[in-house]
Amino acid sequence: MDAANEAGHATAEAAKAMRESDPGHAPAPNTPQFTKDEDLHAYHEMLLIRRFEEKAGQLYGMGLIGGFCHLYIGQEAVVIGMQMASVEGDQVITGYRDHGHMLACGMDPKGVMAELTGRRGGYSRGKGGSMHMFSREKQFFGGHGIVGAQVSLGTGLGFADAYRKNGQVSMTYMGDGAANQGQVYESFNMAQLWKLPVVYVIENNRYAMGTSVARASAQTDFSKRGISFGIPGEQVDGMDVRTVREAAARAIAHARSGEGPYILEMQTYRYRGHSMSDPAKYRSKDEVSKMRDEHDPIEMVRKRLIEAHGVPEAELKATDAKVREVVNESAEFATHDPEPDPSELWTDILLEARA
Amino acid sequence: MATDILMPALSPTMEEGKLAKWLKKEGDAVKSGDVLAEIETDKATMEVEAIDEGILAKILVEEGAEGVKVNTPIAIIAAEGEDVAAAASGGGKPKANGAAAEPPAPTPDMQAEGQAAQSAPTAKTADDTPNAPAAPAVITTKARAEVMEDYPAGTEMVTTSVREALRDAMAEEMRKDDDVFVIGEEVAEYQGAYKITQGLLQEFGARRVVDTPITEHGFAGIAVGAAYTGLKPIVEFMTFNFAMQAIDHIINSAAKTLYMSGGQLGCPIVFRGPNGAAARVGAQHSHDYSAWYSNVPGLKVVAPYTAADAKGLLKAAIRDPNPVIFLENEILYGQTFPVPKLDDFVVPIGKAKVHRTGKDVTIVSFSIGMTYALKAAQALAEQGIEAEVIDLRTLRPMDTATVVESVKKTGRCVTVEEGFPQSGIGAEIVARLMVDAFDYLDAPVLRVTGKDVPMPYAANLEKLALPNVAEVVEAAKAVCYR
Repeated sequence: MDAANEAGHATAEAAKAMRESDPGHAPAPNTPQFTKDEDLHAYHEMLLIRRFEEKAGQLYGMGLIGGFCHLYIGQEAVVIGMQMASVEGDQVITGYRDHGHMLACGMDPKGVMAELTGRRGGYSRGKGGSMHMFSREKQFFGGHGIVGAQVSLGTGLGFADAYRKNGQVSMTYMGDGAANQGQVYESFNMAQLWKLPVVYVIENNRYAMGTSVARASAQTDFSKRGISFGIPGEQVDGMDVRTVREAAARAIAHARSGEGPYILEMQTYRYRGHSMSDPAKYRSKDEVSKMRDEHDPIEMVRKRLIEAHGVPEAELKATDAKVREVVNESAEFATHDPEPDPSELWTDILLEARA
Repeated sequence: MATDILMPALSPTMEEGKLAKWLKKEGDAVKSGDVLAEIETDKATMEVEAIDEGILAKILVEEGAEGVKVNTPIAIIAAEGEDVAAAASGGGKPKANGAAAEPPAPTPDMQAEGQAAQSAPTAKTADDTPNAPAAPAVITTKARAEVMEDYPAGTEMVTTSVREALRDAMAEEMRKDDDVFVIGEEVAEYQGAYKITQGLLQEFGARRVVDTPITEHGFAGIAVGAAYTGLKPIVEFMTFNFAMQAIDHIINSAAKTLYMSGGQLGCPIVFRGPNGAAARVGAQHSHDYSAWYSNVPGLKVVAPYTAADAKGLLKAAIRDPNPVIFLENEILYGQTFPVPKLDDFVVPIGKAKVHRTGKDVTIVSFSIGMTYALKAAQALAEQGIEAEVIDLRTLRPMDTATVVESVKKTGRCVTVEEGFPQSGIGAEIVARLMVDAFDYLDAPVLRVTGKDVPMPYAANLEKLALPNVAEVVEAAKAVCYR
């Protein structure tokens, strides 16, 4: 291991220690509780993302998915908890680690997987790829590959909601890396100035590609990033879907009521590398396995379902099987669906102007 | 020693203004800082302050006078102890070495070398050259038969500045469609940095005329996000130089999304503002981005010259379901042209216009480049060369057919633009002609462009950096082997 990586470890450890010593991060004495149905729903939704991403990783390894592919494994509780607190019509927009958000919005796994393999049945007819999928129907606005760009765009979704007075809220996601982009603060300023209904969700998975938060950020408490604009924020245990949903409900209510934007720093973790080609040498295997073993968002729900809600293991196994089937079907579709017709090269560049 | 007070320039491109009001009268003592008069342009009202102490000996331009040229003496100040009557009778003439330092000529030099700069361009036909703003409107309603117009023959024409035409286009579209709104710096309360959005706030309110902080990257992204949902933003950049801060959203977020979404998510948005050189504003405020934007699939790029085209094309741009880059020119803002008086005058994007017909050589230009092209055509006509002048109007999609059609007739072509030569619009036209008109060319196509240097500040250097009429004439004669 070279010196730079060693330094990375040291600072990552320091950041972790700092985070854990932060009283704000200690499990709240009264952690919100889920009903059995809510836990079952969360379990199913998170598991779908997990299995889907594992399959995507597999297909990538087989050469069926090309280019960049950023997996969401480990972060599932964030988007699922957020979606559990939002209502139909609310918009979602995120960066490049977007497969989980699409599934959480209810987009068809077949269409998402077929886009990953670049086939005609993909959401973008094979022309977008992993980072560029959209669904007007599900109010999912991408899928953006330029880090931080989605923050201004998501603020624009909120601008449109305010313009139309439609009562909708824009859920604008970004990572801890994007949170250092200049346009994020331009957006914060205007969102608060104009009281736009935007919830900024900063998914702090501790690493912007290979750079730990401590090495990149002067202020590592991302919930404070809106202070100078007067935007309220809070740090949330992003591994626990219940705390995510509770904070999301608060933030969304604030935004929907016309009081302006809200920042949620979701403290989460990605198990995989930044992208498929990242060996993740900037962190120790122990760090990853400790998180997986002790804080896995899906395992926590599973345990709760069995121990607290008395759900028989067989029922969960049936859910597992069902999810696997959906994912396998999507992979099957994505590997057999034809590539786009060559004529597709020249379509969708411009829309016809209406007379 | 008596001092002349000269009509000041309020902006680098101001050529004339109205002397709205005198606040001092003849015989009054004035001291440095006293407000002498108020002057108005179509953009703003400003106060004229005295710089020296003395007595206001004579008022040379009465209040209410319009079209007072910049640098015209408007009053005479007699110095302390000086004979006021003598001063009043002696001043008012341009001095060879006057006490009042002559401000640098604010007018951009669009004249041919050696042409009289003060003579207002006289139009052969109404749409041939811009009318000088003060000149009585000479309006020809009958279009020349061979020049295809975008409106029916006999349509009543109204003399309108490019500035007003742009404002009218926005206002008309905003009246028709609540999804259309204007966003940018100083567009609302200030009435537009160049007064293009004058009156819009008053008519449409703050919901639809949105002042932003100075934050191009952010507000461009916000507007694009709003356009994803179907709103139709008109984003005003104070100048396209500042759009460099926002170009990621223009290219990556606006232009590419329709394609990347497989046709699901369009972006109906207009990015507009002045582009290219103004006058004496230095390299960072003088860049012409025509070629840059015209390089990008997913964008439409429009660069009008006349007020009629500015209006008709902006209306088309606002209605267009795609991102449209609308490149204006600060120097053209104040120039007037006849605009058809029609309820809904729209000029289709993507069609060039034969602005002047001729058989000997084709001159292709757009935006302010047209001023060089048209003056050169006039000069060439006097030398027996009939130039056909084509205004591209839209740079992307480029109307190659109209250019090729003309070149088939003339066999010769010169392109004119203020932008840099390498990979410019002219270079693109040359490439297309090589493929589509090779057999018709009797001479290599020549380009007249801005020089391959960052824009200098010094007046003489700036003049050298920009194209001029003489260069166009020379190029046209060269391709005609004359």
